[in-house]
Amino acid sequence: METSTPPASGLTPEALKTYREHLTCSFPQLDDVFADCMTEAAALLSPTGIDDYLDGASLVCMIGRGFEPVLTYLENMPRVAKQVGEEALPLISQAVWKMSRTPNGRAIPGFLQTIAEVTRRLGSLQQLQRYVDLMFDMMARTTRSIHGFHDTIPSPGMPDLLEQIPFLLSQLSLEGLRNWIDYGIRNYGDHPERQRDFFQLQSADSRAVLQRERHGVLFMDHERKLDLYLWAMWLEHGEEKPYLVPYSEGFDELRKPQPYFDNLGIRVPDVYDDRNGISGLDRYRALLAHIAGHWRWSGKVIADNFSPFQRIAMELFEDCRIDTLVMRRYPGLRRILLGLHPKPVEDACDPKTESCIRHRLAMFSRAVLDADYDYSDPDIREFADRFQRLLAEGESSTKEMVSLAASFVARTRRQSDQLPNVRFTDTVVDYRDDNRSLWVFIEMGDEEEMFDLNEKQVQEEDSPESGLPPRHYHEWDYNTQTFRPDWVSLYESLHPGASPALIDDLLAKNAALAKRLKQILDMLKPQQLVRVRYQEDGSELDLDVAIRSLIDFKTGHTPDPRINMSHRTSGRDIAVSLLIDLSQSVADVPAGCQQTVLELSQEAVALLGWAIDKLGDEFAIAGF
Amino acid sequence: MSTQDTGQYKITQEPFYEPQGNEVDLYTAAYASRLPMMVRGPTGCGKSRFIEHMAWKLGKPLITVACNEDMTASGLVGRYLLDADGTRWLDGPLTVAARIGAICYLDEIVEARQDTTVVIHPLTDHRRTLPLDKKGELVEAHPDFQLVISYNPGYQSLMKDLKQSTKQRFVALDFDYAGAALEADILVKETGTDKATAEKLVKVGITARNLKGHGLDEGISTRLLVYAANLIKGGIGARDACRIALVRPITDDADIRSTLDHAIDAVFET
Repeated sequence: METSTPPASGLTPEALKTYREHLTCSFPQLDDVFADCMTEAAALLSPTGIDDYLDGASLVCMIGRGFEPVLTYLENMPRVAKQVGEEALPLISQAVWKMSRTPNGRAIPGFLQTIAEVTRRLGSLQQLQRYVDLMFDMMARTTRSIHGFHDTIPSPGMPDLLEQIPFLLSQLSLEGLRNWIDYGIRNYGDHPERQRDFFQLQSADSRAVLQRERHGVLFMDHERKLDLYLWAMWLEHGEEKPYLVPYSEGFDELRKPQPYFDNLGIRVPDVYDDRNGISGLDRYRALLAHIAGHWRWSGKVIADNFSPFQRIAMELFEDCRIDTLVMRRYPGLRRILLGLHPKPVEDACDPKTESCIRHRLAMFSRAVLDADYDYSDPDIREFADRFQRLLAEGESSTKEMVSLAASFVARTRRQSDQLPNVRFTDTVVDYRDDNRSLWVFIEMGDEEEMFDLNEKQVQEEDSPESGLPPRHYHEWDYNTQTFRPDWVSLYESLHPGASPALIDDLLAKNAALAKRLKQILDMLKPQQLVRVRYQEDGSELDLDVAIRSLIDFKTGHTPDPRINMSHRTSGRDIAVSLLIDLSQSVADVPAGCQQTVLELSQEAVALLGWAIDKLGDEFAIAGF
Repeated sequence: MSTQDTGQYKITQEPFYEPQGNEVDLYTAAYASRLPMMVRGPTGCGKSRFIEHMAWKLGKPLITVACNEDMTASGLVGRYLLDADGTRWLDGPLTVAARIGAICYLDEIVEARQDTTVVIHPLTDHRRTLPLDKKGELVEAHPDFQLVISYNPGYQSLMKDLKQSTKQRFVALDFDYAGAALEADILVKETGTDKATAEKLVKVGITARNLKGHGLDEGISTRLLVYAANLIKGGIGARDACRIALVRPITDDADIRSTLDHAIDAVFET
């Protein structure tokens, strides 16, 4: 990386003038920012670098995309060059120029805007070069021509992709990004709308491929372990295990979703990275332990009479009680829970400028869970003490926590708690759920949000898929010889009951065939080898019996001549699962038939079902 | 022909047994009427220990036979052996028990083939006799003789169930793992470990028993908990002891191992 000795602050008017003459660009807005940009450039770049910088800016100016690309270039490039080397300057300006010679000029501002962030993420010129190559590769493969002569139609996904780049790179390595883009192009290269969906991260498979390329512990890889964890450590024998439903944290930028549980199951993040030396798997376990603690020990509280602050405090006090009980039951979880719990610093929050309510509560939480933490705040000390006393005798209760939290809020309330600038640093305990299950609302709809919630719930109940959430399956793509992850969405539901008379009719109609079918199935070879002893003729000598016969012979008894043994198979271990195509096409009548495919398959299935039932094997029918 | 040393079957020291209910009384009553007894329950829950204890308590010799598929009827009643001079008769364990008035305990009876188990029939009804076909002798059972069988209904396949005609010759006692507090007591008394460790071991045991049917055929038995307690007492770290005594023997399933290892870490704080 080349650097130069930065000149003293400010540039002489002469120098500025020379630079301005070097830059061939006549946008009037340029003059407003030029001096500032040049001051920064002069401070960060070598003289050769400055020449390249100005040459580059002239080139960007010439592409005819207005002033914005020029400004982006001028503002960002000095820092980019400082970080990865001045070779980045021509690299980027040439790339922009090249891009302007294609139908993808529209993407140039987006491209330039990503450069600063990309450089920060990737950190080397080589990586930046790879990134630029990657973008050009993507562009070339998705730009379409009409008659095969010229590239005429711009890449549909390019602008969307550029918009997502900062997020993508925060999730993926460059290699992962390349694989993700590759996948999108391969599958949606010829389909502009779906290509856009993919690059906007809207489609399910787009998110799934992103997950595949991502680091951390994926829920899907450990689902069984977590089920076992619940069974082994938190459920009583025979208790039904709640369903675990993953959600993604990656797509809500403003407000990250939090885990929660309701009667449909437990929502957990789809991926957990290791944090503070706690493995992702253990983070899942901590979350499940906390939630299991809630449903074991938490009661319901009527929410209507409490203010939002009181509710926050009550939730936190109850969370602390649950964590204490969890650690009491399994002391080894202390390391994991405390490892994940933030360590708020006592004076970190300034009540003059910030709302400290969350900070104060987080300090309380740390103080009651971790005996090593000792805050000097008298209120926190006193309430921590009261909390410990309540729990010393037993499990305490949600009700006691509610009243303790209410007095805590009354005692520690400050005017500044109302400030919109809430301190969140070191206050988020990420293994805790959002506590929605704690509250009961008598009056629904006092606040606007509640209206929304109601409507959503109603919609959810109305929708036909209100049963189980969909299961996603991979589908093999023979063209690319890879799996398309989560390509198939499967909604499971039980078939509604109907009259069995129809099936009886079908069976009566085909009685003769049914009989033959049963004979055929009966002849299916049973499995499981069993030794048959005491055979006069067999495949092997049975030594025990042979010796006994010899002894009989010697003692004057009649020896048993059945000294051989053989093997036969016995028992059946057959289960039949039948998957039937019930799509639109089966309503057709094949050529030369009077019945539809559906009717034919009904008959066939009825017969098969009957035959298998007679044989006593397990049988299941599924349709799609 | 009871040239056997009957003293060897006597139980001289009291085997430790902690009653879970009134099974001691029930057994004593059954013995008083010389009723054949069946004890049922999962592996390692104390069936054999209970029988030993009762034999000691009643002051009767105990002859135990571990049944297996290759066991024959003559393995139970006796056989002629080849020797230098020709052959000689040797009583089987069942015959010995019937002659000397011992309690004959057939452990895991369903492992024996059904045609073998029918030889016990004449001993288990009003006849109380044992015919020795080969030898041409009819052994009258000693008045103190009692037959006991054990039977683990859990993991036996349907193929291996007992015949009804065999089942219906016995009175039966059901056994299960003791409750948490009692099981901890048992560990303390059996191994001399401290109560806190015993309670933690039981907690680990319960987590594994919860997984029965979710990938485990059997939970961690009291016997394994005793092993773990012994290892801990011998100076092995609690978590290592649990891993080798409680987790590794019962499963090869990586997910279950990971879950149980975590349970051990959660119960035994570092």
